[in-house]
Amino acid sequence: MLYRLRRKHRKNGNTCQCEPETAHTACPLDCQVLTQVGKGCRCRIRGHKSCGAVRQRLLDLGFVPNMEVEVVRCATLGDPLEMRVGDYYVTLRKREAALIEVQDL
Amino acid sequence: MSSTANPIMIGLAGQQNAGKSTMFNMLTGANQHIANYPGVTVDKKVGSYRDKEGRVEVVDLPGTYSLTSFSLEERVARDFLLQEKPEVIVNVIDASSLRRGLYFTFQLLEMSFPVVMALNMVDVAEANGHKIDAFRLSEKLGIPVVPTVGRKSKGRAELKQAIRQTAGTRPAPLPIQYGPLEKPLSAILDLLKESESLGQKVPLRWLAIKLMEEDNEGIRLLKEYHKDAGRVLDTVRDLIAAFRKDTNLSPGDHVVACRDQLAVAIVDECVEITGKDRIRFSEKIDRVLLHRGLAPLFLVFTVYMIYELSIVQGYKLTAITWPVLAWVRGTLAGFLPDPGMLNDTILRSLPLWMIDSVNTLLNYVPIFLILFALIAILEDSGYMARIAFILDRIFQSFGLHGQSTLPFILGGVFTGGCAVPGIMATKGIPDERSRMATILTVPYMNCLAKIPLYALLVNIYFAAHQSWVMLFISTITIIMAMIVAKLLTMTILRGQETAPFVMEMPNYHMPTLMGVLRRAFDRTWVYIKKVGTIVVAVAVCVYVLLQFPGVPEERMADYEVRMGIALADFRENIQGTDFAPMLQEDQAILDLLNIATTYREAKMAASSQEASQTVDERYEALHPELFPLLRARTGETRAISRSLRTLTAERGDIRAAIREDTIVYSYFGKVGRALEPVTQFAGFDWKINVALISSFAARESSVATLGVLFQQGADENIALEERMSRESDAFGTTPLHALALMIFFALYPPCLAATIMIKVQTGSYKWMVFSIIFPTLFGLAIASGVFTIGSALNLSGLQAMAGFYVVALGTALLLSFVRDPAWKAEQMASSGIKGA
Repeated sequence: MLYRLRRKHRKNGNTCQCEPETAHTACPLDCQVLTQVGKGCRCRIRGHKSCGAVRQRLLDLGFVPNMEVEVVRCATLGDPLEMRVGDYYVTLRKREAALIEVQDL
Repeated sequence: MSSTANPIMIGLAGQQNAGKSTMFNMLTGANQHIANYPGVTVDKKVGSYRDKEGRVEVVDLPGTYSLTSFSLEERVARDFLLQEKPEVIVNVIDASSLRRGLYFTFQLLEMSFPVVMALNMVDVAEANGHKIDAFRLSEKLGIPVVPTVGRKSKGRAELKQAIRQTAGTRPAPLPIQYGPLEKPLSAILDLLKESESLGQKVPLRWLAIKLMEEDNEGIRLLKEYHKDAGRVLDTVRDLIAAFRKDTNLSPGDHVVACRDQLAVAIVDECVEITGKDRIRFSEKIDRVLLHRGLAPLFLVFTVYMIYELSIVQGYKLTAITWPVLAWVRGTLAGFLPDPGMLNDTILRSLPLWMIDSVNTLLNYVPIFLILFALIAILEDSGYMARIAFILDRIFQSFGLHGQSTLPFILGGVFTGGCAVPGIMATKGIPDERSRMATILTVPYMNCLAKIPLYALLVNIYFAAHQSWVMLFISTITIIMAMIVAKLLTMTILRGQETAPFVMEMPNYHMPTLMGVLRRAFDRTWVYIKKVGTIVVAVAVCVYVLLQFPGVPEERMADYEVRMGIALADFRENIQGTDFAPMLQEDQAILDLLNIATTYREAKMAASSQEASQTVDERYEALHPELFPLLRARTGETRAISRSLRTLTAERGDIRAAIREDTIVYSYFGKVGRALEPVTQFAGFDWKINVALISSFAARESSVATLGVLFQQGADENIALEERMSRESDAFGTTPLHALALMIFFALYPPCLAATIMIKVQTGSYKWMVFSIIFPTLFGLAIASGVFTIGSALNLSGLQAMAGFYVVALGTALLLSFVRDPAWKAEQMASSGIKGA
């Protein structure tokens, strides 16, 4: 419940418009940010909307342009996501994932 | 340049989890020490070794993913490199994630340092099917590459040799080119060359790149050393805008992408992948352990196992260690001056007080050893990162961080733990604001030392509802900690630096026995050191404040008269016996009393018939003339022995009364009384106040102090529970009083050792003082509120408890919906950038 209410809250902040639950079965073709990519789907990073420390940290951990990313899973309460970036695994919050622009492979 | 007996300094740099510390240990062995970088709380490990040509000093830099100026660690590492200019940088790289490691290497090369690459964990990489051609890699990068296995000390000699050869050489030519960015870079480079001092301070090409990346530290350096910084910055701004327009990319992103492309190219060329692109083993485990539905179950099970193994089983171990500690106390007491008739000399009472304080704390050592070993296993295996992953969502709502889990567990989430290692463990949290909030809330957890008081109060006031009350205690502290964390992050911690939760999920590893033991012993040792230093020092202060100025003379005179009467009675009773002439002097009677006491203790300690026999023999040999009184056999000696016991009891009574008086009249007693007008709203009387004040030194002393305060005649020999409940019947204390006390104790400021740890971890006395004052006021306010409202509404203890719980839980839930101020700021900043 907590999470759902939260999500509503966030919609108003218009960072993430999609429902990851619905995206689980099929990989959407028109993804724009990383949160819209369903579980088990892969995509390519196009750029970042983030800036400053967040951007740097994401880049350091391998979220660089043209890198292939796979969404592995999300945590029980729906928030941090686990991604496979290249050959290692990284977790990040949806708040940050929403700042990463992606395109289909 | 071959330098004979020339000490050189090298820096050890690398990303987190690359095995930098193992490498550091491998190079320096035992010859190392830890200090702090000046002005910050980041650890500075320094060590040295000797090779054929002389001494080599090794500085272990903080593990960072890159060398920007965003986090504290990165700034520390970068400032060290720029200012100290070490002769060689040893770049430790995890061979199994070479691509990311290279990204870091390029940054080092750009700073024009001679670099030696230690390609660590090559065995793991090979097991994963990655075969790295070190020679090829070395050719590509233009720097020496030494394959190593830190854990097995493989490659040590080669690495040392490579360090010597590289020292004093010119830095390798840069392998990296930035394509369309090269032109603007060379334009900036020309401008930078105008300044003479700048070139000596920092590598110019590096600075040029930093300027194009809009790095704050780079801009600061430029402003400091370049006469015409304004003009340079204007040009840089124009160039950045032009570059954005041409390529539709920010120069920063372009730089990163170029580095990454080169890294990929090098990895492609130098790494031979033998294994198939299989799903890694860790991922298979995670499919079960991190399953959305099952993950919480495994987590609860893990926490339960920690609790069961360390607290429950650990307590059983203390049954073995406690007699040892008691024996040490007894032996040391034997060396001290004998007790006096009524007053002990300070030479006896102070050391005994200190030993007792230390003993209570050392009694927890077995528990801590188990607890820390289990936590080391969790950390080394990689499950700790998963716990952070599972719980981050909850912590995030309260301004904390997934990695706050470990400190909270160490601090004792449910029951048992210690704030000192908990606060120590906050080091790993990358987000400064969460780190501060965690440091300030870890002390709310139920440390082991709070348990005795809870147990005492629950037994007296809530005996019928024990399990409910214990559940209340163990969960209310987390709820309150979350509320406080949220309040702090929304208010005074608002301005602190935050960082995103971006964390690498490490592979599962089998923890090594040595690694686990080492960590467990290290952390326990920190605890023991605390006991040995701070607690002893504080015990002395508390002793002084509880014992002085002492009992007023007229009261003391009364007691002496009482003792005199008792002595006279005793003499009358033994009149006419063989022992009468021997026991004429007061001193002789005192000796007899003391001998009788030690004899009784020795007999009690004797576990078997033979041991008891030996004690008898020993005392008979030591005191042949008095022994018949100790072990009365004839009718005459029995009678004397009886009156001796009466005398002992009377002496015990008087001594207890004096002890109580001492506390009543002591400085602490006065403070406790002075605080009564304030604390009455929480239902605390002066005795509780004294107990609470003394528990600041160490929580354990709360119960000890209460024990002294509520003592009755020693002959009654009843448990503290009974004494307190008797007293409470007399004064009308109710479960509501107990509830207020428990709430206050849960929110009570950290003990002295923990506050000192807070000073160490935050690096400021300001926060230390805050960590004492804020919880005191907050706790007192809450306890007063519960007590006053509870008594106004005529609630029972349980009703008030339930009411308070509901209110606290509701507040926490509401607060979790309040938007994080840092997030707002971040969004505003990013939209500002977009608008520009």
